[in-house]
Amino acid sequence: MRDNRSRLSPAARLTKWLVSSPPFAFLLLFFVAPGIIMVFASFRYPGEFGGLAPIIAADPNTLHGFTLETYRFFFGDFIYTEIFAKSFLVALATTLICLIMAYPLALLIARSPKNRRDLMVLLVILPFASNFLIRIYAWMILLGPQAALSLLVNGLLGAFGVAPVRLLFSPFAVLVALVYVHLPFMVLPLYTNLEKHDPALLDAARDLGANAWQRFWRVTFPLSLPGIFSGSTLVFIPVLGMFAIPDILGGTGDMLIGNLIKEQFLGTRDWPFGSTLSIMLTITVLACVWFAARLGGRRRRHA
Amino acid sequence: MRKEAGRRGMGLWVAALAVYAFLYLPLLIVVIYSFNDSRLNAEWVGFTWHWYDVLLHDEDMLAAAGNSLLIALTSSLMTTILGTMAGIAMHRYRLKALTFMVMTPVAMPEILLGVSLLLFFIQILNLTLGMVSIILAHITFSIGFVAIVVRTSLAGMDESIFEAARDCGASPWRTFRHITFPLILPSVVAGGLMAFTLSIDDFVITFFTAGVGVSTLPLRIYSMIKIAVTPEVNAVSTLLMLLTLALIVLASRIAPSVLRFKT
Repeated sequence: MRDNRSRLSPAARLTKWLVSSPPFAFLLLFFVAPGIIMVFASFRYPGEFGGLAPIIAADPNTLHGFTLETYRFFFGDFIYTEIFAKSFLVALATTLICLIMAYPLALLIARSPKNRRDLMVLLVILPFASNFLIRIYAWMILLGPQAALSLLVNGLLGAFGVAPVRLLFSPFAVLVALVYVHLPFMVLPLYTNLEKHDPALLDAARDLGANAWQRFWRVTFPLSLPGIFSGSTLVFIPVLGMFAIPDILGGTGDMLIGNLIKEQFLGTRDWPFGSTLSIMLTITVLACVWFAARLGGRRRRHA
Repeated sequence: MRKEAGRRGMGLWVAALAVYAFLYLPLLIVVIYSFNDSRLNAEWVGFTWHWYDVLLHDEDMLAAAGNSLLIALTSSLMTTILGTMAGIAMHRYRLKALTFMVMTPVAMPEILLGVSLLLFFIQILNLTLGMVSIILAHITFSIGFVAIVVRTSLAGMDESIFEAARDCGASPWRTFRHITFPLILPSVVAGGLMAFTLSIDDFVITFFTAGVGVSTLPLRIYSMIKIAVTPEVNAVSTLLMLLTLALIVLASRIAPSVLRFKT
């Protein structure tokens, strides 16, 4: 029932309007408009007490109107580009670790008997039934200085004469929690892809004399690339904007883009610069999505 | 040959079990320590209900729980209505702009939605942050989840029944009331439950749109773990886990397709 304007009766046209306009109007107001406001805000001056300086000021000596100041500031100070680069690397590392951990599990589920697969998938999703903060809090306990893991690690380090380390409030804690929170995002698309593979392909490869290693790298892995791309996008993008995990589990040096943005909006209250950072993050995310789509698209054409 | 396959199968199993342990062990420890008779989450001392007792007498926590419940009920109700409309519209009319507006908030980093709404509420609407701003924000980010579930269920249906209804002279409203709606009802209910759990669980977007006056359960948990780790957090975590678990199981019973989108 594809829409065809000329064929729609007046009643059908009214229905179309009645059904689509409420969600359309709501999202226009609360999703599109705030986005546009944010673009404008990034070209403004910060207000004296937070917020934005007026566009037209009564006193011409106060800051007002539009400016490129925030962008000049962003590109002028190496600190900000460095935090962006660091966040990018952290997101990349998280994605890779998730991929390495998720692949065997997804493969096992895909090759299990059909009646067992749903349960195994459910078991991957269930930890998600817990609150995001609870999953971070769990690692506060596990990595705490009195916890078994810290005692073990520091015991071993002590045996070799190395000074004890702190697991909590460290880059290590941040990375572990990032992987923990995003792992299912990688398992599910991978499984969905691997499940569709025709086992006959592997049999054919075996008959042609390929060993297990070759069968994996030359048959299973190339075929699973679309699953890897979609899983990687689902992990990479949220990690790029993450602020809660570094905020709770990281030290002062573990700031990511998200923490920087949070700081501008709730801490120093420089909203124009916060908006600029948000827009740079949006551009980074869009570039990554575009890149992943291109990479995936080219794969498909070659296959 | 068989031996080689067996060894490889074993390897997979070991790796998979390790990943399952990685997923469950941390949460298990949170639950276990909620019954631990010690202020420290470090070693097992003895069984107690003490932390649940502390929790039930924590006025701030109870107020936050009440707020969370009210916000989740209101926003999930609104989300269900708007999301169902969006799902139908996306399926039937293939509106590109609407699909973009519905799907993008689901896919983009939450912080972007949070700060842009903060800016919008304060700068443009001149709204005092609180319940209303939180509810509006929750509707915005969860419409997509309901819409996707509803659209998926519509996509799986035989179009000919709608055509049959039309050929029999049913008005669009009658077709919807007697054919479409009963068929998509399970997805609508499941989507609504999903929206409820998303709302009650949300931290990031609430964090930016709550202002100073109103606290929710996740905001309260956040400020508690920022100050100190106490087993009361374990107790509230355990209860919250049970609640969301029950809701998700219920939702997936009503419409199995919701599980594909919670993640």
